[in-house]
Amino acid sequence: MSERVGVFICHCGRNIASTVDVKKIAQEITKHSNVVHSEDYKYMCSEIGQKMVRDAIKSKKLTSVLVAACSPSLHEQTFRKACESAGLNPFKCEMANIREQCSWVHDDLEKATDKASKIIRSMVDKVIDDKPLDAIMVGVTKKCLVIGGGIAGIQSALDVANAGIPVTLVEKSPTIGGRMAQLSETFPTLDCAQCILTPKMAEVAHHPNIQLLTLSEVISASGYVGNFHVKIRAKPRYVKQETCNLCGDCTEVCPVFALNEFDESLNVRRAIYIPFPQAVPSSFAIDDATCLGLNPLVCAKCIDVCEPKAIDPDMSEKIIEDDFGAIVVATGYDAYPKENIGEYGYGLIEDVVDSLQFERILSSTGPTGGEIRRPSDKKPVNTIAFIQCAGSRDKNYLNYCSKVCCMYTAKHAILFKQRVPQGEAYVFYIDVRTPGKGYEEFYQRAQTEHNVIYIKSKPNKVYLSRKGNPVIVAVDLLTNRKIELEVDMVVLATGIVPSMGKDLASELKIPLDENGFVQEVHPKLRPVECASEGVFVCGAIHGPKDISESVAQASATASKALSILSKDKILHEPIIAEVAEKLCIGCGLCITACPYGAIKVEENVARITEVLCTGCGACVSTCPSGAMKVRNFEDKTFYEMISEAAGVSSH
Amino acid sequence: MSKQFEPKIVAFLCKWCASAGADLAGVSRLKYPPNLVPLRVLCSSRIDPQFVLDAFEKGADGVLIGGCHTPNDCHYITGNFKAYKRYLMLEKMLEEAGIETERLRLEWISATEGRKLAEVATRFVERIQKLGPLKR
Repeated sequence: MSERVGVFICHCGRNIASTVDVKKIAQEITKHSNVVHSEDYKYMCSEIGQKMVRDAIKSKKLTSVLVAACSPSLHEQTFRKACESAGLNPFKCEMANIREQCSWVHDDLEKATDKASKIIRSMVDKVIDDKPLDAIMVGVTKKCLVIGGGIAGIQSALDVANAGIPVTLVEKSPTIGGRMAQLSETFPTLDCAQCILTPKMAEVAHHPNIQLLTLSEVISASGYVGNFHVKIRAKPRYVKQETCNLCGDCTEVCPVFALNEFDESLNVRRAIYIPFPQAVPSSFAIDDATCLGLNPLVCAKCIDVCEPKAIDPDMSEKIIEDDFGAIVVATGYDAYPKENIGEYGYGLIEDVVDSLQFERILSSTGPTGGEIRRPSDKKPVNTIAFIQCAGSRDKNYLNYCSKVCCMYTAKHAILFKQRVPQGEAYVFYIDVRTPGKGYEEFYQRAQTEHNVIYIKSKPNKVYLSRKGNPVIVAVDLLTNRKIELEVDMVVLATGIVPSMGKDLASELKIPLDENGFVQEVHPKLRPVECASEGVFVCGAIHGPKDISESVAQASATASKALSILSKDKILHEPIIAEVAEKLCIGCGLCITACPYGAIKVEENVARITEVLCTGCGACVSTCPSGAMKVRNFEDKTFYEMISEAAGVSSH
Repeated sequence: MSKQFEPKIVAFLCKWCASAGADLAGVSRLKYPPNLVPLRVLCSSRIDPQFVLDAFEKGADGVLIGGCHTPNDCHYITGNFKAYKRYLMLEKMLEEAGIETERLRLEWISATEGRKLAEVATRFVERIQKLGPLKR
């Protein structure tokens, strides 16, 4: 029986129809000997459009369906499901992308129509050649890996673990908690960050389903959805965390001082330290970069005083290998390096600090115990200025808006005024952005209740006065007057930059956007899924966002991960390689081409392990005898498609 | 002025990077000339050298291959390296066949590089326009 193809062309409102003559294509495509039906409609993906497809399958006895519309990454599943419900094998449905790769990028109606028609004809050839395929089912490793132990990673891990699935939470620093642990209070409720975070951290520590690996990093990942194989490097803590009783005797005798990362270098810590008292795991750790060589002969002061004998200088690095069914990426953010913004004097003027440093100054566990004193001379601060968009929305630094700075600056100013009621707080802003529940009201309160003075201006520099105070030079854009404002301290609202190495992104095969944030599959409809199936993203590594958004997104990743991990078996794409055994000469070249080890030669014939094959086709173009093929991507099909694309149609 | 030569270009784009980048170019409404007709492949390593020669034979004036960035972006681990090796071989074959090697172009375009795709497409069309139609 010859193939009976139905072609359905979408207008996508005016998105396609304004640059592609859909009616003309619908008419001309019927000249193709196999096309027995063609239709165009305003919104093919709507229920009415899908019904048109289903009805035509039945009434016209279609054996193949081609939908010419948007990118298959958007609606291939939609139309394949529609076909399946009408009794057609889903693999006999294809999409021709005439929106993203045609109508949206061209203006000329005639040329765009010609190109769309070529794309459609090449895909008609493909769908005719496509074979109906049956799904392959594979087992799922019912374990989840969460990378990053900030609030997003913690929430995701807890949600998955509470559903009864084992979780491994990997964190590179000695404690979980992430950036949120450094914050003093949170906007717009002024909840103490530690008070709402530390109970969750403790829950992670005691959760029977969570394995916590601190001082650890993912170094490699392979496999596919349902079955990832991951290698984790766990650096030694040199302190047995189950034995350490937090007495702190060790840190008192340690002779080495290093900058305190948790206090953003406003303070010092010892080489044996705990980042903050509520750290999880609750144990000290030795920083081997500063410790005197971990050689007890050089210095063993801490070992000598440690009563429970928790310190072990002989601990060594471990490589942990494990399998997981799903992976959540929550590696968070860093503050934009303020050293880059030379005009604001950071590094030259001690009393210019960044937002995270100010959080530590405000924090009751910070270097000043929550009293607002400036770093240079520890003098109490009476006048303070906040410079917003330090780095953000500036083509010299970060093009994008870091989203949270307007709100945290309003918070900083309010907290300052609460502690120094007679003080003066100035905010230099370009625009104030407060989209969020209760956010605008919070910002209004800063001005009306706390008399924070907002000045519309992007300061051009900060210099040091003779008295030793920072001076801001700016132009008030509302009055057009030049301002020189001498204050006790300046806080830069530094932007947010992603905190993830390119290596990890490469290992996980997840694309990063131009700013280094993880790219989601679709910003609106699949906001936490990555291009690699089974890998999900939440928190600030996906883009600047505040705590509430990060938590919401984290729960979304948990729900997505659980939809895989709750199943015993999941669908494995049946578009995989196949061997024509009669043609195979057993040379084994395909084995060297296969990156997954999915091929072996037995009795002089190549054989494929179905669940390992991903259908990339590297073996096909390597095979010298033409024995190898990828289902529904056969050579013959490609030659037909090339004919259409190159402009020589056989029809 | 005589009518400008409109080259025919076949663009093999891998599903995970280059084709996704082309989708992003669309979402971002970045304009480029309509001469490229995209063919989506799962991986650039699937592109048999014969496909490229066949495209030239059948009327293409240029062929673009778009894959994932080296070293590690390839969804299939090492497909981009295989594509690169074949590209080097193809260059030699084209030379021997008397076809300008500039008519074949290999580019690494990630899923987030819509702008790069549009730029590559624009420049490639300009280059082929300068070379003129492929004489067969």
